[in-house]
Amino acid sequence: MTGQQLPEQFAQIREDFLALDLRERLQLLLEFSNELPELPERYRDHPDLFERVVECQSPVFIFLEVDDAERVHMYATAPKEAPTTRGFASIIAQGLEGLTPEEVFAVPEDYPHSLGLTEAVSPLRIRGMTGLLHRAKRQIRERIAA
Amino acid sequence: MTVEVDPSPQFQEYAHPEKLVSGEWLQAHLGDPGLVVVESDEDVLLYETGHIPGAVKIDWHTDLNDPVIRDYIQGPAFAKLLGDRGISRDTTVVIYGDKSNWWAAYALWVFTLFGHPDVRLLDGGRARWEADGRPYTTEASTPSPVEYPVIERNDAPIRAFKEDVLAHLGNPLIDVRSPEEYTGERTHMPAYPEEGALRGGHIPSAQSVPWAKAAAEDGTFRALNELNTIYREGAGLKDGDKVIAYCRIGERSSHTWFVLTYLLGFKGVRNYDGSWTEWGSVVRVPIVKGFEPGAVPTL
Repeated sequence: MTGQQLPEQFAQIREDFLALDLRERLQLLLEFSNELPELPERYRDHPDLFERVVECQSPVFIFLEVDDAERVHMYATAPKEAPTTRGFASIIAQGLEGLTPEEVFAVPEDYPHSLGLTEAVSPLRIRGMTGLLHRAKRQIRERIAA
Repeated sequence: MTVEVDPSPQFQEYAHPEKLVSGEWLQAHLGDPGLVVVESDEDVLLYETGHIPGAVKIDWHTDLNDPVIRDYIQGPAFAKLLGDRGISRDTTVVIYGDKSNWWAAYALWVFTLFGHPDVRLLDGGRARWEADGRPYTTEASTPSPVEYPVIERNDAPIRAFKEDVLAHLGNPLIDVRSPEEYTGERTHMPAYPEEGALRGGHIPSAQSVPWAKAAAEDGTFRALNELNTIYREGAGLKDGDKVIAYCRIGERSSHTWFVLTYLLGFKGVRNYDGSWTEWGSVVRVPIVKGFEPGAVPTL
């Protein structure tokens, strides 16, 4: 552990956003939104596993998995009428894909505020992504404690 | 009026049928000179996923709110915003959006603070437009900038501040939030915890009429007789009443303000945009918890 080391994937996402002007950042967020994958077959009929992220204005549900190799995966559903929320979920899901739990815990809580999106989408809305990250970490803690 | 009003018969029963247009009318008038269509949504990216051809976007957070103090933008910023969107003072503006036009009504209310002469809502907003299979495009709209005059905002006729509400007690108040917020069980709307207040409940004597009661399943406004049942029979409003509506930050109550003013024809309706995020955090203002409106306090 090297303390608060931002994992490479999260750092790359941030770099990509910060390289753009405000309008283009929204377009990139939309691309993330469109990239949010469908749930894998094995989770499709298990709404019970998913936790609602109430910090988001639109219904988004997440489920965190820690596989046998101790790698993290996040699955999320959000309606297509809520592209911002989908985009937030997609950023977090792509950022923590395949990381170890320790690497995820090292992601700073204020990471969502560092993407340069605050001005583009407003501080109030960005809190939805903070809630997603927070809940993702908590679920991982629960999985590895189980 | 720059562009003719929608003569659709379903609007004629309302007090101000000129404030609404149907999807059919709008589709037929897209591209008309003097008409600008504005999309205003809760979700800041929804416009980018597809919008009515030629429509421009105005976001309530990033465009209409002052970035520093809790207020709306002032005349110069409004002039620039509208001018950049190709809207001049004599332009007919039609606003539409997601969630039964909740945010669209809010934008319309802000336009009205500046006295924009002709601003209307697309009845049913995005949901109805989509359900009717009408077109969207992802092609960016590129309006030619025009001059919009710097207009000083005139808040008093349609906007109430906390002091106005205190002075208004004894007159009708409509609380348009969810029942859980009204009773004080929650200090914020379900799923909006960041817009909370320190205390839960409602302003004494306020009647509870959640805003969405005014919208039908397809997002359009309910017929006049249904609205009368909700607001006159249900909430006890009478002709001549001066009404203040509030919610949590003034957006849902903009929808109710629109209904009371333009559909039912009440005069002097004001929106208290400080709403519960202010009232529920102010020291020593009276609050009532539970389902009963409660008595008018003596102050």
